[in-house]
Amino acid sequence: MDLCTMDLRITRQRGFLLFIFTCSSLLHGSRGEIPSKPTGGVTILPPIKPDNGPQAFPDAEKENMPVFTMNYSRIQIPFEITLWVLLASFAKIGFHVYKKITVWVPESCLLITIGLIVGGIMHSVHEEPPAVLRSNVFFLYMLPPIVLDSAYFMPTRPFFENIGTVLWFAVVGTLWNSIGIGMSLYAICQIEAFGVQDINLQENLLFATIISAVDPVAVLSVFEDVSVNEQLYIVVFGECLFNDAVTVVLYNMFNFVAEMPVVEPVDVFLGVARFFVVGFGGMGFGILFGFTAAFTTRFTSRVREIEPLFIFMYSYLAYLVAELFSISSIMAIVTCALTMKYYVEENVSQRSCTTIRHVVKMLGSIAETLIFFFLGVVTITTDHEWNWGYILFTLLFAFVWRGLGVLVLTQIINPFRTIPFNFKDQFGLAYGGLRGAISFALVFTLPDSIGRKQLFVTATIAVILFTVFLQGISIRPLIEFINVRRTNRNLDTINVEIHCRIMDHTIAGIEDLCGQWSHFYWKDKFMKFNNQILRKILIRDNRAESSIVALYKKLELQNAMEILDDVSGDISAAPSKGKENAKPKRKFLAPDLKNMHDILSKNMYKIRQRTVAYTTKHALPNESQSKEILIRRHASIRRSLRPGSFQSSVVPKSHKYFSLPAGKSLDSKFPPGMTSYADDEETMSEAAYPSRRSRLVQPARSSSSRAMMPLRRLDTLTEVHSVDVVDEKVGDRRRAARGTSRTNSSSSRDPRIPAPQRHHSSADNGRGSADNFRNGHHEEEEEEPQPLSPAPSWTAEPREDAAQNPLLRRPQWKPKK
Amino acid sequence: LAKSCPGQETVTLYLRGVALRGRRPRPAPPSTSPPPASTSHPIKQEDNLTETRLVSHSQITRLYSRFTSLDKGENGTLSREDFQRIPELAINPLGDRIINAFFPEGEDQVNFRGFMRILAHFRPIEDNEKKSVAVSEPLNSRTNKLLFAFRLYDLDRDDKISREELLQVLRMMVGVNISDDQLGSIADRTIQEADTNGDNSISFNEFIKVLEKVDVEQKMSIRFLH
Repeated sequence: MDLCTMDLRITRQRGFLLFIFTCSSLLHGSRGEIPSKPTGGVTILPPIKPDNGPQAFPDAEKENMPVFTMNYSRIQIPFEITLWVLLASFAKIGFHVYKKITVWVPESCLLITIGLIVGGIMHSVHEEPPAVLRSNVFFLYMLPPIVLDSAYFMPTRPFFENIGTVLWFAVVGTLWNSIGIGMSLYAICQIEAFGVQDINLQENLLFATIISAVDPVAVLSVFEDVSVNEQLYIVVFGECLFNDAVTVVLYNMFNFVAEMPVVEPVDVFLGVARFFVVGFGGMGFGILFGFTAAFTTRFTSRVREIEPLFIFMYSYLAYLVAELFSISSIMAIVTCALTMKYYVEENVSQRSCTTIRHVVKMLGSIAETLIFFFLGVVTITTDHEWNWGYILFTLLFAFVWRGLGVLVLTQIINPFRTIPFNFKDQFGLAYGGLRGAISFALVFTLPDSIGRKQLFVTATIAVILFTVFLQGISIRPLIEFINVRRTNRNLDTINVEIHCRIMDHTIAGIEDLCGQWSHFYWKDKFMKFNNQILRKILIRDNRAESSIVALYKKLELQNAMEILDDVSGDISAAPSKGKENAKPKRKFLAPDLKNMHDILSKNMYKIRQRTVAYTTKHALPNESQSKEILIRRHASIRRSLRPGSFQSSVVPKSHKYFSLPAGKSLDSKFPPGMTSYADDEETMSEAAYPSRRSRLVQPARSSSSRAMMPLRRLDTLTEVHSVDVVDEKVGDRRRAARGTSRTNSSSSRDPRIPAPQRHHSSADNGRGSADNFRNGHHEEEEEEPQPLSPAPSWTAEPREDAAQNPLLRRPQWKPKK
Repeated sequence: LAKSCPGQETVTLYLRGVALRGRRPRPAPPSTSPPPASTSHPIKQEDNLTETRLVSHSQITRLYSRFTSLDKGENGTLSREDFQRIPELAINPLGDRIINAFFPEGEDQVNFRGFMRILAHFRPIEDNEKKSVAVSEPLNSRTNKLLFAFRLYDLDRDDKISREELLQVLRMMVGVNISDDQLGSIADRTIQEADTNGDNSISFNEFIKVLEKVDVEQKMSIRFLH
């Protein structure tokens, strides 16, 4: 705690220093309109006048060679941008140092607050806000990263399962809001008392469009914490994404219309037509560039360094080209990201994949941070036109129409949904309609020809502040309230805790099993098309998809090894428990019990959530849990194929480890308790055991059958060597498990096998076992009954190899008893 | 599912109710005409399945189309591998157990009827059902729901959750960071808590008793299986 506050203080101090520096530099950047007025805090101005015009080099004729020069105007723009970004980033560090704030107050609130403070200080020194938020800057540089971020991390499957609802809410909902709010405000404008009769219908509609862009970042993080159902989550997420697209389209349309002196009925129809052209045109460009990007990454295996670049360049290109034809560029970049993601992530290397994700997250996060930050600054520094009537009614209508819209639209869409939205969901949907960055940026980039731009800016900022602060802060307690979460956890028995979690997992599993996509026909069609044509064209290494491996192709063996190593570490502790048949009843004290509850609640796997992990705005997805489960389950899958078989076969099977030749150094690396597994306490660690087996047995098996084949041919001359090679390989894997780089160790220890081939072997391994159960149980039956047989079962493994390689039949491979 | 299980009567009754109606015809290969396949068969089955108040007609249609889409072998039955292919199930820590629940002992294929019979456990209990005293206990009764959960532990079908069985499940459920010592004492504690007759295992009756305060009806029901 102490440390925390100290850290915070340090960060603040640093932030403050930086802030002063920023202010001073910005002061200089103000084109000299305001003579620098040194006030209290800002006296550390450098005594150089920067406003001598663009002067790249010192004047050599008049002065001697200057020892020290400063040329601020030359670096002004990038310098200021860097400082702003840094300042915003420091603010973010600050929030996360003190976690409790971000739990209760959304991050956007905090950013705005910081912005307000900065704005206040800037205002007090008569500083102009930075000119970063020009229309072009926003649309060309700030918006694309934000949208790319959302689109790239969109959980594809849940999204497509709910695409109808998402589009329904995004398109129709936004139209509903824009037109509803616009019309109502127009009606308000007719009231003379407010003095806003000069705002015509088009301008009202334009303004309404701006404030109907929903930005649910804050809500999503709340949803995640209180674990609302995923349908709601994905709908809110998708809505925000496509809602941006629709809003920008409408914005451009109304912007155009607002400048027209007279609007004829034809224009309305043209507008509608244009709406569709713009939308579908954007989608078309997106798909085009998405496939091109995927196709390009087929060939980038030799240029890993620039691989991630293609993703960004193609996305941006899609955006720019769409902008060129003035069709929906957001639509283009969204569809581009959605299209290419699946193929690209399979084509590029693991590292590039990580890089892409990181950079996408980073750019998106920083762009959004900046916008919120500027929102705070601008709120203070611009001149406002405050009109009570207009602004209050805007707030009211924004709230009412959103609520009405959700109610009505849900009633219409519910009959078509597999899982209808209930009332709680609707409340979440309606109340989650926070306005955010997009609205602000849109209103700020309004052309000056709009007469009441000031009023619009003020009203929009009011709406944003109102929704972000009031709704954003209150939504968590409200949702928790209507969810009525169980809080008295410790009153439950451990039984209840465990069994309930089991039930939750079961239900999640059954739900997944039933699926909720009711259009299986189209999905199957697409999958077929995808497998037969698209994958062949777009994916470099087009292997047949195996069942589970397909999900996490990118799951690298190295990662797996690390996790498995932990498991075996646990196992090594297990034998110490030994066998206590007549276990005395232990007394469990209250602290013990509490401790157990703690352990359980912290360590039990969470119920899978397909959407949440990917869509947190401020964090990269964390796949470790599913990875871990996947690896553990994958390893045990062969066993699970035989129903009810484990209890009969488990004891003998424990002997199926490779027993190493006596005296080998590797022997010592095995957990000391390993031999003790021969006794019947084996079941203790049953769940963990197969993973170890997979590491030791399966890789070796696959290597003996596939990847190592050429190797063996090389070594047939020296029998002993060949055994050593296999040994070495096992050793290698163990070393890799200990965290050394796998490729390094394999290349240094085993120069005959190039690393890629090794990688392939691991992939093969996965496929191999997948193949095993694809071939039905015949193969299983051939392979598995052996441990059941009374004969010493460890011979099973060598025997299998022996079929292919007589060298392995050497007595050395007979295990010690 | 037959041996000494409390829901045995229901199951056999149920099976008779459906099994008498003849075999379900092989579905047409989806590549040629999936939509007729997915509409015609469920209608034929409708009277069977709704008779036992399994699910509504539209749900059968939907689940049938799910069934055919899972059925990669296109032979009208699902194998374990078909289940394994569901990606979300792959990352479910209990995935194997859940899949196993679909397969009667010794079989490795499940047809649509068997599929539906398992899913019927998860149908929410409706209000009017609670009052009416059915001749046989429906599959989605509280007891049967609990039995399903119980069976997830009880692999050897001796109607007891032994310490080892509990440990296996616990090991699947927790991350790799817990030592076996901790897990072992948790298992001990769990059994001790539930065990009333002192046989160091949890019988089904003890299981029911332990969970009597839990809203199993709600917890073990799927929202869309109306």
